[in-house]
Formats: sequence, structure tokens, C-alpha cells
Amino acid sequence: MALEPGRPRPEPTPETKHFWEGTKNGKLLLQRCGDTGKAYFPPRPFSPYTGTCNVQVFEASGRATLHSYVIHHRPVPGFKPPYAIAVVELEEGPRMMTNIIDCPQTPDALVLDMPLEVAFTPMDDDITLALFRPAKGA
Amino acid sequence: MTIKPGEIAIVGAAESTRIGAVPEMAQIMLHADAALNAMADAGLKPSDIDGVACVGPMMPQQIAHYLGITPKWVDGTGVGGCSFMLHVRHAAAAIHAGYAKTILITHGESGKSRINATPRPPEPQSLNGQFEAPFGPMGPPTLFPIPVLRYMKATGTTHEHLAQVAVVQREWAGKNPRAAFRDPITIADVLNSKMIAYPFRLLQCCLVTDGGGALILTSADRAKDFPQKPVYILGSGESVETTMVSQMQDFTSSRAFRVAGPTAMEMAGIKHSDVDHLMIYDAFAHLPLYGLEDLGFVKRGEAKDFIWEGNTRPGGKLPLNTNGGGLSYTHTGMYGMFALQESVRQVRGIAPAQVPDVEISVCHGVGGMFSASGTIVMSNQRP
Repeated sequence: MALEPGRPRPEPTPETKHFWEGTKNGKLLLQRCGDTGKAYFPPRPFSPYTGTCNVQVFEASGRATLHSYVIHHRPVPGFKPPYAIAVVELEEGPRMMTNIIDCPQTPDALVLDMPLEVAFTPMDDDITLALFRPAKGA
Repeated sequence: MTIKPGEIAIVGAAESTRIGAVPEMAQIMLHADAALNAMADAGLKPSDIDGVACVGPMMPQQIAHYLGITPKWVDGTGVGGCSFMLHVRHAAAAIHAGYAKTILITHGESGKSRINATPRPPEPQSLNGQFEAPFGPMGPPTLFPIPVLRYMKATGTTHEHLAQVAVVQREWAGKNPRAAFRDPITIADVLNSKMIAYPFRLLQCCLVTDGGGALILTSADRAKDFPQKPVYILGSGESVETTMVSQMQDFTSSRAFRVAGPTAMEMAGIKHSDVDHLMIYDAFAHLPLYGLEDLGFVKRGEAKDFIWEGNTRPGGKLPLNTNGGGLSYTHTGMYGMFALQESVRQVRGIAPAQVPDVEISVCHGVGGMFSASGTIVMSNQRP
């Protein structure tokens, strides 16, 4: 899927660069706290649970469920209304904001807790977004 | 020594002369207009003020200089629309500590006319800019309601329940000549209004207006010498969670609410049954539901029935958002100041839709997208 131009473009920082490198290479990279074993997001080089730097980057499964969303009905550059702004819950625990593709943008089609899978979608040569689509076979 | 309930009082309170569309005033003048009105209310002049608080992008030094004040204490805490609740809490602590004697808190926002107004888009390198903005949010109407569907599923709350919030607040607004929208509405009107961001329609979203407000605080011992009956601060609370709504711990409850509200009630030493009047910042229709539950006025999942059954409407046992709220009265962008003004009016006994015999009012604020919270408990009696 090609994205429409005009969508706000994220700019990686030293603390988030690995995440954006990951999506560019088709990997959803999360971090895990080595003290508690709990995964976290957004990226940072220390654990939000314990404050230590005992953290590891790992590749998430890309499986998620639909946690909540709105369907926006007004025009925004880069988007064709109506479009859903969603929050998904990753299998590993953390939640992230995203869009749901390959799915009608309606309350009937977008059912809370429906299984989803990551769909890496390039914005340009450097930035790839982690969008989600209904899981195959679901 | 710990601050005691009632040790600090509000002795001046006023809104800008006009609210709604005020194209003749830049943002800084809306601050000043409200501040001058509050000083008149308190019988003070700028040289009597020795502390100033306001919220960015307007900095305390801009307001102090504009009004001709030389402060010994300033606070520029900016956590969104509830910043003023935090200013009240911080000002009370500062007066208790002796850092200042007479503190002015101001708000002004040209939300509608946008003269000298607040810029909005997040920086692309911020966490919001990287991990929310690329997915198409356009301001609070697309972000604040993101948890609502999850809340509905968890609590059995329906679209009709969420419409009823707007209907009840319009009833209150109908009694208030300064309210922007005063004509009665029905659940059908709400559910047939223009879709903004499903599940919310136009009448479930706050207004966008111009306006300002200001408060003046001093010690209760000095307060008795002022022209108005003092409004005592019994308790206060504050907290923050995250600017990213996607990262809220629990989509059905605000952690910041659950810290700020109980902190304030405990400090005040009051029970829920002591509360005569309640304000819960309603930028969108779900906020009063979260507030009623997170502050413990009802149990989880019961807020929808509590409002549906009429407990918060005129004549109900817990009058809520009696000015008409952000949905019907006014909403400049940072409505918390207007919620505080209504609590002060109710406790003074001078509100347009006055509730009989209000002694204790709880005023609960939210910062954008559940990022922050502040709660103030006020009374016309010093314990």
C-alpha cells in the first residue's frame, strides 16, 4: 500500500533510531526490562519500571489486538476521511498508535479485540511506519 | 508545618468581561482583562500583588510586566487545561511557606479568534511527533476520545449514555445567560449531530471560544479584610500521566485522576457525601464519567446510570458542571479556569444557576488527553 503524501513525518532521535531502523528492515523492535522481564514502548535506553539500563532490544511477533480507536471524519493532509486512528495492544504487552489497513473504516468492521498483524508501510526511503491489518485466517 | 484545610482563601475571582468571540483582544489582553476584573473584585491594584502564575505559552514574566507587577514568586506550570488547579495548589503552598502574600493566577486564550494564539502541532522529534502524529490525529477531538470505545465495552456504556451527558449539561447552560449554547437538546439531537470522530459527534465535543479568568489567593487570616466572602481552600491534589493517550496505563480510568482527586479529598478531610457541588472538566462527553468513577463518587461502571437517572441535573443530588461546562458554556482551550470560577461562584452563592446551600464544592480538572489532573476542594466555611 502506498501512503498519500502529507502525513506528518517522524524524525528519529538517538534514543529511537533503532526502532525506525527496524521498521525499515521489516522488524518491529521493542525493548525489554532485564530486571522485570517486561516489554515497553516507546523506546528509551533505560527501563521505565526500574530506572536501570539493564534493557535489551528484541523483535516483537507483530501480532496484536485492536484496543480502541476513533474514526475521524474531517479532512487532514495525508488522509482520506473517514479513517481510523487506532491503538493496538501488542502480543508482548505494550500498546502503540497506528492505522488499520485492508479493512473498511467502519465500526462494524473494526471490532475491539480483533486479531491484527503488523504491515510495514514505507513513507519514504528512510521512514517505514508500522501499520496493522486484520490477521490472516482470522 | 503541614498546610491546614482552610488556611488559604480565594479573595478575588473573575472571568474576562466577555467570553465567546472576543476578536478585539489578543491573548495577553484576555489575561489582563480577567486579572483587572479579579483585582477589582478583591479591591486590589497591581502593586498589591506579589506572586503570579499562568500557563504557557504565556510566561509569568510577560503577565507580570504587562500588568505592572513585581513578583517575589512565580509559577509557570503548564500541564494543559487543568494547570490552574495546580497553580492554586502551588500558590497555597507558597503563601503557607511565606514566599508571597497575595497571588494572582491568570488565564487568557484566543482559542476562536486566534490572535497571538497558542501554536499546536507537535515537534516531529518529540515522542508524540514520532509515535502518534504520523497516524493522523488532528487535535484533541481525534485524541481525547481514543479510549472511549474501550471504556464503553468495559462498562456497558452506550452511545445514548454518552449523549445524555451533553443533554444534562445543556439543561444547566439553559439557566446561564453567559453560556454559548442555551437551547435544550435531546439525545436524538446529539446522536444526529455531525460526526466528528466516531464515537463522538459535534454535541459531545467542547466549544472553541475566546476568554479568560483570574483568581487571587491570600491567607485566610488576611482574607476576612477583603470585600468578598472568602472561599477557603480545604484541599488540593495534582498528578500527571503521559502526553501520549496511546500510552495511558488503563483506557477505562485515568491514573492522574486517581491520584489528584483522592489526594484533595483526603487533605480536605471530607467524604463524598459532604460534597454539595461538583465540577469535572468536560472537554468531551466521556470525562464526567471517568471523573465520577475515578474520584470515587460512584463505583466503576456506575457513572452512566448515575447521570442517566438525573443525579447530576438541576435538582439532582450531586449538581455537576452547573455553568453548562466545556460542552455548552465556554471552552477556550484551557477550560480549567472556568471550572474554578464556577466553583467559586457556587460557594459564594452568586452563580447564575445557583444550587441551594452550597458549602463544599469539588473542582476537578484534566490536562489534554488525560495527561494531567488537578483537584481543588473549596468551602465558604473555614474548618
